[in-house]
Amino acid sequence: MTDSFQSPLRGTELSADHRTRIGLAEMLRGGVIMDVTTAEEAHVAQEAGAVAVMALERVPSDIRRDGGVARMSPVDKVEEIQKVVSIPVMAKARIGHFIEAEILESLEVDFIDESEVLTPADHAHHIDKQRFKVPFVCGATNLGEALRRIGEGAAMLRTKGEAGTGDITEAVRHLRAIHSEIRRLSTAPQEEWMTLAKNHGAPYSLVCQVATEGRLPVPNFAAGGIATPADAALAMRLGAEAVFVGSGIFKSKDPLRTAKAIVHATAHFENASEIANASRNLGEAMPGIDASKLPEAERLQDRGW
Amino acid sequence: MSSVHAAVLALQGSVEPHLRSLHASGVDPIEVRKPEQLAGVTHLIIPGGESTTLHHLFKLHGLDTLISDRVKEGSLALLGTCAGAILMGHHPDQAPPRLGLIDVDVDRNAYGRQVHSFVDQVEWNEGPGPGTSEGVFIRAPRFTRIGDSVNVLARRENETVAVQQNRCIACCFHPELTTDPRLHRWFLGL
Repeated sequence: MTDSFQSPLRGTELSADHRTRIGLAEMLRGGVIMDVTTAEEAHVAQEAGAVAVMALERVPSDIRRDGGVARMSPVDKVEEIQKVVSIPVMAKARIGHFIEAEILESLEVDFIDESEVLTPADHAHHIDKQRFKVPFVCGATNLGEALRRIGEGAAMLRTKGEAGTGDITEAVRHLRAIHSEIRRLSTAPQEEWMTLAKNHGAPYSLVCQVATEGRLPVPNFAAGGIATPADAALAMRLGAEAVFVGSGIFKSKDPLRTAKAIVHATAHFENASEIANASRNLGEAMPGIDASKLPEAERLQDRGW
Repeated sequence: MSSVHAAVLALQGSVEPHLRSLHASGVDPIEVRKPEQLAGVTHLIIPGGESTTLHHLFKLHGLDTLISDRVKEGSLALLGTCAGAILMGHHPDQAPPRLGLIDVDVDRNAYGRQVHSFVDQVEWNEGPGPGTSEGVFIRAPRFTRIGDSVNVLARRENETVAVQQNRCIACCFHPELTTDPRLHRWFLGL
C-alpha cells in the first residue's frame, strides 16, 4: 500500500451518498451529454453514442428566440424519454426552484442541472443540493462560482458559456478563467489562501482543498455554445472533462451525423486527423449568434451568482 | 513487474481513476484510444462509463475485434469494471452487443437508476483476498448467469459481484474509486 495514493473521490470523509453522486460524474468523463426535447430525439442521441441525455422543454436557441418563462421539462415528457433510453437521463430545474428538483428526484432522473438556461425562480439563492440523493450539476463562469456551487453540494460543474448561440467564445473564457485561477491558487503561499477565499467569495475549506490538490474536487465539463466536433475538441483540450451540447445537435442539418461526429471528436480530442475525419460531410452546423453582440438582458450566463 | 505493460482504454469513462490505481500499484500505464496503441500492452482495463458509448467508440477502429483476438490468443489480460464488465460478458437479448470473453450474463442497470446507487462492503475470495473492501456501485450491473468455469472473486451479501475466467476479470463495482488497490495488484499478476 503506497502512502501517496490519493482517493480519486478526492477526500475520504465524503458521505456514501456524495461519493455515488460524484462517482456518476466520473463515469460520464470523455462523453457527450445531449439536450433533447422528445423521446425521438433521445433515441437519436443514444444511437449516436451520447453518455447521457438532458431533458428540457425547449433547446436554448428556441428559448432565446421565443422568450417567455422557460421551466422544467413537463413530467410526462421526462417519463417518455426515460422509457426509450437506457443511458442516464438528466433534466433541468430552474435556479433556486427546489420543488422542481424534488419532482425530478421523485421521477428518478439520474442528474439534475440547476440551470441558468431556464428562467431563475430565485435571484438570491441556489438550491441546497446536499439534502438530495440525486446528483446536481451547476454552471460556473469562474473559480469562486464553481466553489460556491460545490459548497452547496454540486457533484459536477460545467461552464456556463452562452447557451443557444453556437458561439464557443464564452465557454472558452470560462474554462480558461477557472484553470488559470486554479493555477494561481495552487502556487499561492498558505497565508494568502484566506484572502483568495475572500476575493473569490468561496468557502475557505474548498479553497484550501483546491490549493493543496491543484484541481477541483468534482469533474468540470464544458457547456454553452458547442456546435461542431472542433468546438468539442477545443473544450477538451482546454481541460474540460466532457461536453454538453444543446442546440448544436438538433438545430444542425443532420442531427444523427452531427451527434456521432461530436462523440467521435470528443473521444479523440488529442488527434487532429481523427477530428478531421469526424468533421467530414457534416452539412451545415446550427446557425450562430455572436455572443459578444448580445444585449445584457439576453446574457444567460449572468443568471445565478 | 518489468514484463507488465498496463493500459486503460481511454475512449470514455472513469479513465483517470484507473490510471491512478495502476500508478499506486507500481506500474506506469498508458492510455489506449486506437488499435496501434495496443501493441505491447499486456494488461488492459476497460473502465466504467456508458456501455453503449464505449461499444460505438471501440467498434469504430476495430478495437473490439483486436481486444477479443488478443485475449483469445492469451497475450492480453483484461479487467472490466461496471460498463467494462458488461461488455466483457454476454446477454441473450440486451444491447449493446457483448464481447463474450467471460462466460457470464450481465444485466445492465440491474439495481435501477442513479438514486439506487450505493456504497457497501464486498468480501473477497482467495486471489485478491481474503478480506473486505468498500464497493462503490453506480447504476451497477448484475451477473444473472455464471458459467461453470468462472471463478467467483467477490461477493456482496450472497451475490457475486466480481468474477474471473482465465486472464479476464469482470467487476460490477468500482475499485478505482477507492484507495484500495488490491484488485488492480492482483490483476497485474495474472
